[in-house]
Amino acid sequence: MANPKKVHPYMPNAVPETKAAMMRAIDVDDIDELFEQIPERFRLKEPLQLPDPIVEESALDRHLKEILSRNRSCDEVLNFLGAGCWQHYVPAVCDEIAQRSEFLTANFGSASSDHGRFQAYFEFCSQMGELVNMDVVGLPTYSWGCALGNGIRMAARMTGRSEVLVPRTISPERLAVLRSFCGPTEVGGHIAVREIGFDEQSGLLDLDDLKRAISNETAAVYFENPSYLGFIESQGEEISRIAHDHGAECVVGVDPISLGVLAAPADYGADIVVGTTQTLGIHMNCGGGSGGFIAARDEERYVGEFPTLLVSIAPTTGGNDDERAFFLTCEHQTSYGLRDEGKDWTGNTVYLWTIVNAVYMSLMGPQGFREIGEVILQRSQYARNRLGGIPGVDVSFAPGGFKEFIVNFDGTGKTVGDINRALRKQGIYGGKDLSADFPELGQAALYCVTEIHTQGDVDRLAGALEEVLAS
Amino acid sequence: MTERVKLRDYHAAVWSEPVVMEMGYPGRRGLAIPEAEDGVRQAVGDAEQLVPASMRRKAPPRLPELSQPEVLRHYLHLSQQTLSMMGINLFGTCTMKYNPRVAEQASMVPKMAELHPYQDEETLQGILEVIYRFDEMCRAVSGMDQFVFQPGGGSHAAFTHACVMRGYHGARGELEQRNEVITTLFSHCCNPAVAATAGFKVINLMPEENGYPSVDALKAAVSERTAGLMTVCPNDLGIYNPHIDEWVKIVHDAGGLCFYDHANFNGVMGLTRARDIGFDACMYMLHKTFGASKGGMGPAGGAYGCTEELAEYLPVPIVTYDGSTYHLDYDRPDSIGKIREFWGNAQVVLKAYAWVLAMGADGIHEARELSVLGNNYLEKLLMDIKGVSKSFPNMTKRRLEMTRFGWDQLTQDTGVDTVDIQHRMTDWGLDAYWMAHPPPIVPEPFTPEAGETPPVEDLEYWAAVLEHIASEAYSNPEVVKTSPHRQAVHRVDFAALQDPARRAMTWRAHLKKRNPEG
Repeated sequence: MANPKKVHPYMPNAVPETKAAMMRAIDVDDIDELFEQIPERFRLKEPLQLPDPIVEESALDRHLKEILSRNRSCDEVLNFLGAGCWQHYVPAVCDEIAQRSEFLTANFGSASSDHGRFQAYFEFCSQMGELVNMDVVGLPTYSWGCALGNGIRMAARMTGRSEVLVPRTISPERLAVLRSFCGPTEVGGHIAVREIGFDEQSGLLDLDDLKRAISNETAAVYFENPSYLGFIESQGEEISRIAHDHGAECVVGVDPISLGVLAAPADYGADIVVGTTQTLGIHMNCGGGSGGFIAARDEERYVGEFPTLLVSIAPTTGGNDDERAFFLTCEHQTSYGLRDEGKDWTGNTVYLWTIVNAVYMSLMGPQGFREIGEVILQRSQYARNRLGGIPGVDVSFAPGGFKEFIVNFDGTGKTVGDINRALRKQGIYGGKDLSADFPELGQAALYCVTEIHTQGDVDRLAGALEEVLAS
Repeated sequence: MTERVKLRDYHAAVWSEPVVMEMGYPGRRGLAIPEAEDGVRQAVGDAEQLVPASMRRKAPPRLPELSQPEVLRHYLHLSQQTLSMMGINLFGTCTMKYNPRVAEQASMVPKMAELHPYQDEETLQGILEVIYRFDEMCRAVSGMDQFVFQPGGGSHAAFTHACVMRGYHGARGELEQRNEVITTLFSHCCNPAVAATAGFKVINLMPEENGYPSVDALKAAVSERTAGLMTVCPNDLGIYNPHIDEWVKIVHDAGGLCFYDHANFNGVMGLTRARDIGFDACMYMLHKTFGASKGGMGPAGGAYGCTEELAEYLPVPIVTYDGSTYHLDYDRPDSIGKIREFWGNAQVVLKAYAWVLAMGADGIHEARELSVLGNNYLEKLLMDIKGVSKSFPNMTKRRLEMTRFGWDQLTQDTGVDTVDIQHRMTDWGLDAYWMAHPPPIVPEPFTPEAGETPPVEDLEYWAAVLEHIASEAYSNPEVVKTSPHRQAVHRVDFAALQDPARRAMTWRAHLKKRNPEG
């Protein structure tokens, strides 16, 4: 192997003559002179202990595919896992736009030179605003849970209060994220997180418990629609009224793919709306598809507390009268403008997917959102009925719902873990095991049925379950 | 060298696309949605009956109605009106570099894209192995003991550290007492911001004559209230604090933790390691140094690593390996919990893993050298331009992978400022340069960063465009002040953006403000 060192394909100036000419031009004889700022005592004395490189692209491609082949994706099986990361159909046009080099490699740009990207952001905000019926939508943050954390901190600053009430039925992952945003009791600005119980039959928020817990210390009351456990929280108006009667903000978390058939949260009293963006055209990516949005009314008390970047439409200077541009507004109040005096913090989040979300919403339109909501309602209810017909299986908790529902296996004598292991052998990923997070629900699993599941898929699941439970 | 550079004609695509909300026609659709089968309908009835009356959508959302080709073409046009890295992009502090498409493509395959984080471990062995092996790579370049990739970006990784710091001091019963975090003014704004969000008071140390604060300033700031130090090194001016190990010792002696924000890693990767200098924790940005795409601010990747002593506080889960199988370890009683749902941007970790494999140790050394060489080469070209000055001229040593400059002289001479030049440069297809984070320290700043991937001709071209603009500023300042002239649209009206009566963050708000009577 006496080959001379190959010039790396990503580094044009690695050609020895180029590198030498550049060094000569700046009067450097030894490349080490460029690192004169770094004290000798900091310098690594040996080469980095890294695996041998795979420089040939064909070999690297093969390696990546080989290692990924050890995964068994939801495309290869029948998947009923949801619980915060959902398998919906991603239209081909979404993937086409997601891979455009212009969007993929963008960084910051200017309103003029990245005009298209900022317009796409505005179109995301505008379409999301229609779904939730709110006039202000910010650029997204990392996830629903992070959006919730920001939303609750907005409410705490607005009210000067330091407590939030959340349903016991909240996603445990989102709750854990919220707790990180609210901090332990010892630190400044701590926000107490109190859980409100639920009705044993319906899963709905226990309004008596809410009334007992709420006080003039409560900054916000939070609930979700659909809830983490799938049911529709139908008491939105009462909950928001109770919150408002105590001077608290009503914060609602939504999955926007439901909003063609479910009421817009603003219509039942939401002041701040948060939720996922993953369901709008983003692949699950093992949870890496997460994204979260924040929406509110166009009032200074809300706008003035936004921690994420906001994009506004605006005229231009120098163009004709109807020329429009789109760029950041209120950025002075963020961490970029004010460092530790800013509203929480923001940074690189999931802006590329904001564009993909905009594409998805434009593909769907009002009819698409209604139809996808309808088929999800119907097929998930069909699945619930179908599984409920299996001896020992109980689906009666929290009737009605969107996309997800609870299946209780207490009557079968088997654990969710056992059942899911057996289903996996038949190429089925059973629902999320809830027995550790919600012991009060027994051996229960959260099943997710979306527009990708046909009647035949559900029937196959039911048949497999019957077989598994009979064995 | 620049005199031999001939500037080429350029003009951005101008499509004058309407806002999508104005497009389409009632009845058009972009996607055919499956309908419930007869058997399903017979079993469950109409969808409407499945929603409590009070919770039904009353009026359909006022979304546009478009056919699929219209949607595709609209967003293709918007992409074509996005300069990004299509031209020369030397955006400082963000380490713009080539994003290998082999890794981008791998991230799109169903074996990656269609994974669910709650799948059983046995069905996720491939991605768990990627994460585990990339953790080992990060340990090798940092000296740290454990990494997590749950943070969705660099700022989020800094917030992770703030939470870990709360866990560490809380476990010692000192959290109430240790309520101050020290940072430097030239550290990225996320450091003070996440510390404040996490409930700490923030002390910002001011730069002194060499571009970094003195040891004495740090000594005056530390106390029994110190929770920790959060700092970059080098800073965004390309200046390295040579006393950083002494800083770490001072903070440690006071009982605080030290976090290395490695946003500016490109100029020191493979040369120094955070742990060797004494730091307790550090952070890398996979979408900067490690070759993953930025996507216009995400999906990004924050790699947060720390010593064994802090590892017990890390967010869950941690990927472990028992010699035959990879596992997700959630059973960590002292964990701070979660800072984001699930385990991070696994697809971004895959890209960073691919980048390290493609580069290898030698490639990483070469990239460090070329990025610092490129910056110093560019600096020489820029310093020959009339009106340009270098920040902190007393600091005469070679800057690392970026240098902050200023147009102060040119602005005083001509009235043309750095924002004007930032707009004008896009008329040659150069991405608008980074100026500086607030607060203003260097007057009329700009901060290019060469990185290892632009060919030397790009650096020369970039400097030649700035030289041309500087000469325009002296001969015909109006052409610069009214720029851009060859972009998709003219300069945005910044006053309108900030006026509550006119700004509109959605189309519906825009319609209300444009026609207040409805």
